[in-house]
Amino acid sequence: MYDVVIIGAGIIGTVIAREFSKYCLDVCVIEKENDVARGASGANSGISHAGFDAKPGTLKAKLNVRGSRMMEKLCRELGVAYERNGAIVLGFGEEDEATIKRLYDQGIKNGVKNLKILSANEIRKLEPNVSEKATIGLFAADSGIVSPYGLAIAAMGNAMDNGVKFFTNTEVKRIIQENGFAVVETDNGNFEAKIVINSAGLYSDVLSNDPEITVRPRKGEYMLLDKDVEGVISHTIFVCPSKMGKGILVSPTTDGNVILGPTALDIEDKEDTETTQDGLTAVADGARKSVPNVPLRKVITSFAGLRSVGNTGDFIIKYSSKNLITLAGIESPGLTSSPAIAEYVVEMARESGAVPFRKKKSFTAKRKIYKAPPEKYNNIICRCETISEGDIISAIHSNPPALDVYAVKKRVRAGMGRCQGGFCMPGVAEIISRETGIPLEKITKSGRNSYILLEKIKEGLK
Amino acid sequence: MKKVDLVIIGGGPAGMAAAISAKQNGTDDILILERDHCLGGILGQCIHNGFGLHRFGEELTGPEYAYRFEKQVKELGIPYKLGAMVTDLSKDRVITYVSEEDGKTKIKAGAIILAMGCRERPRGALNTPGNRPSGIYTAGTAQRFVNIKGYLPGKKAVILGSGDIGLIMARRMTLEGCEVKAVVEITPYSGGLKRNIVQCLNDFNIPLLLSHTVSEIHGKERLTGVTVSQVDENKNKIPGTEKFYECDTLLLSCGLLPENELSIKCGIDIDRITGGAIVDNHRETSVPGIFSCGNVLHVHDLVDFVSEEAELAGKFASDFLKHKQIKRKNDVTVKAKGAVRYTVPQHISLSDEDVKIFFRVGEIIKGARITVSAGDKIIVSKKKPKVAPGEMENVILKAKDLSELEINEIEVKCEKEANDD
Repeated sequence: MYDVVIIGAGIIGTVIAREFSKYCLDVCVIEKENDVARGASGANSGISHAGFDAKPGTLKAKLNVRGSRMMEKLCRELGVAYERNGAIVLGFGEEDEATIKRLYDQGIKNGVKNLKILSANEIRKLEPNVSEKATIGLFAADSGIVSPYGLAIAAMGNAMDNGVKFFTNTEVKRIIQENGFAVVETDNGNFEAKIVINSAGLYSDVLSNDPEITVRPRKGEYMLLDKDVEGVISHTIFVCPSKMGKGILVSPTTDGNVILGPTALDIEDKEDTETTQDGLTAVADGARKSVPNVPLRKVITSFAGLRSVGNTGDFIIKYSSKNLITLAGIESPGLTSSPAIAEYVVEMARESGAVPFRKKKSFTAKRKIYKAPPEKYNNIICRCETISEGDIISAIHSNPPALDVYAVKKRVRAGMGRCQGGFCMPGVAEIISRETGIPLEKITKSGRNSYILLEKIKEGLK
Repeated sequence: MKKVDLVIIGGGPAGMAAAISAKQNGTDDILILERDHCLGGILGQCIHNGFGLHRFGEELTGPEYAYRFEKQVKELGIPYKLGAMVTDLSKDRVITYVSEEDGKTKIKAGAIILAMGCRERPRGALNTPGNRPSGIYTAGTAQRFVNIKGYLPGKKAVILGSGDIGLIMARRMTLEGCEVKAVVEITPYSGGLKRNIVQCLNDFNIPLLLSHTVSEIHGKERLTGVTVSQVDENKNKIPGTEKFYECDTLLLSCGLLPENELSIKCGIDIDRITGGAIVDNHRETSVPGIFSCGNVLHVHDLVDFVSEEAELAGKFASDFLKHKQIKRKNDVTVKAKGAVRYTVPQHISLSDEDVKIFFRVGEIIKGARITVSAGDKIIVSKKKPKVAPGEMENVILKAKDLSELEINEIEVKCEKEANDD
């Protein structure tokens, strides 16, 4: 019997897990994929929003602003890169000028500090590469950038260091009620729990047992530019938001790349993460609107993520049935809000009285990082990002363990550089195989059937 | 800080030939830094033959060709380090490398030869829409898996790009039991050597789809297929021409990019077209004492010319060490005209030698006229029945002609012969 079972190891589930791990509770996280952050948490803009975009009085507004204030400390504790680089929302013409002023007022109402309206000249002084057609801007000094999957990995790792169990490749089928506790039925056995946290992203409605909650996927496509375009912009550049979302942004990332996107398209299929010709064209057009000379030749990769759009327009965080707290519709500003959401959810759990809350004296806020043999740090495997065998070995054995090529990539960046793994992928796969005992032909790119190899050659001769 | 007279970055065919040449020219204090655990560079995985036809009059396999140089390196006692990755290079010739054996080490070099080779253009840079399943490799990575590690990437393949590596892998995968359904090429002509089209595609009945491209990638976890579309002369997809090919493997042979991160780090001037350093006929870059040769300078088709070029770099790096200050006098700029996309070298330091200029054209021309001129004066003029982007050309300027130049700019031009013979 677990005190708490958390479903979904995205940014929400992992940060909640880390928060729960501060208390003397038996906690586990259940995840259907082979690693954390395989859904929207691995494919978003990586922005810690200041909070002027959310409607005042909503849960989004409250948790965004609180999360934004907590983010720097959380990242510092967990060793995750975070940069308060500031954001500028661009306005083009009269209608946008009204929107900018509305966003400013909204921000003030939400308690956002350090907001300023900029003239066209002031914008160009800060960002000379921004479009000359921008007539007005909203500057938010508190906006920041953070690696969303980096934070999820670190939060889960620290949670595990502090006793939380992590079950991957475990898909929840349904949650039922027994006498005073819940049973989470999965394809890997049943988990009994006093409290269940349903942070299953796109499928949180399905698992909620609540017909009033629906979650729909909204696709966002992105392009990522080579690190050598660093300096084209230093702030996160937004355009005015629409009812579909914040629009296409141009932003530096904490790794030194530049990210363009996302688009916003409502779709039916919760599994459709394909990029499309139209989508990528829209990203290019949108980026060019803000930064006309954005060096599109320097694209190194593109991808798509699916936002979880809830039917109420706000975050849904409630008891959807006894013992079951459902988080649904945690779209933007979900990443920013995650520390505040974790605080909120843990408080809900404490108030329920279902489990005793005692602070864990042995809680360590800093991650335990596995140290590889020292000479292995001098064997460079990924040339583009200068990543060593030691870094990779450490990633494989630190919590949460990296068991496929993507997992190593998301932890240490091997394969994220200019050549996108062309040089290092064989080396990375071999190291994973050696360190875990998984045969090379069973190593996957990102779990399940994504094997990178078929078989040994000449196998058919046997 | 350790001091070495001549440091060569890269122990592939270029690096080895340069080292041997420098040694034979009288330089003893040499160090080759190679990141792999053996010398030979990319040749180690090129187990097909066809190497050395020009240089040795034989058709060697990649490893055989490499071994000829490795043997000489060892016989001449030229020092080299394996598993050593150079991570930094400064304008004042300080090299930082990292290896398990030595940790992080700095060396001050008297002269440096850059021989780092090139990398392949990845899927990400192609921006092909679709999912990101496993089963997509650049041809060279697949080659490493098959030839070095002994693993087959998949059972049914489509190959995007008809460059030599794609053609070679079409044959290789077929020989290992994979069904190669097609080689898809976006231009109306193949980028590879004619002999590879014949020996790798025609001989195995593998269709070559010219003016086509992969327009979509399917499969969420592992590749399940690709959509192939025809393209027009502007490389835009023609709607309605889409055809689905079921496959679990997609190999990309979409261009090689000289690996010049280090060169850029130390401020060497880079040619935008070649992606490599701007050099003179001695293969010296814009930074005195730093030389460049092989695929890192410009992508070659034949390793024989890599070796020849590397020997130049080796000799002149060695000369540089002997007369520390070579003033760059009588510098002649070489300009590419007509169909010529680029020349290597991009400029000439006049001396008593003949100069061989390598160049590539940007289109196929049948019945081509190649001219080298200085102002109105034509220095060289020759005809070629056919020139193509996939086959590097060269033209030799005699020392006598160069010494008689009255202006400091020459043009290398290639265009269709005016009269049809």
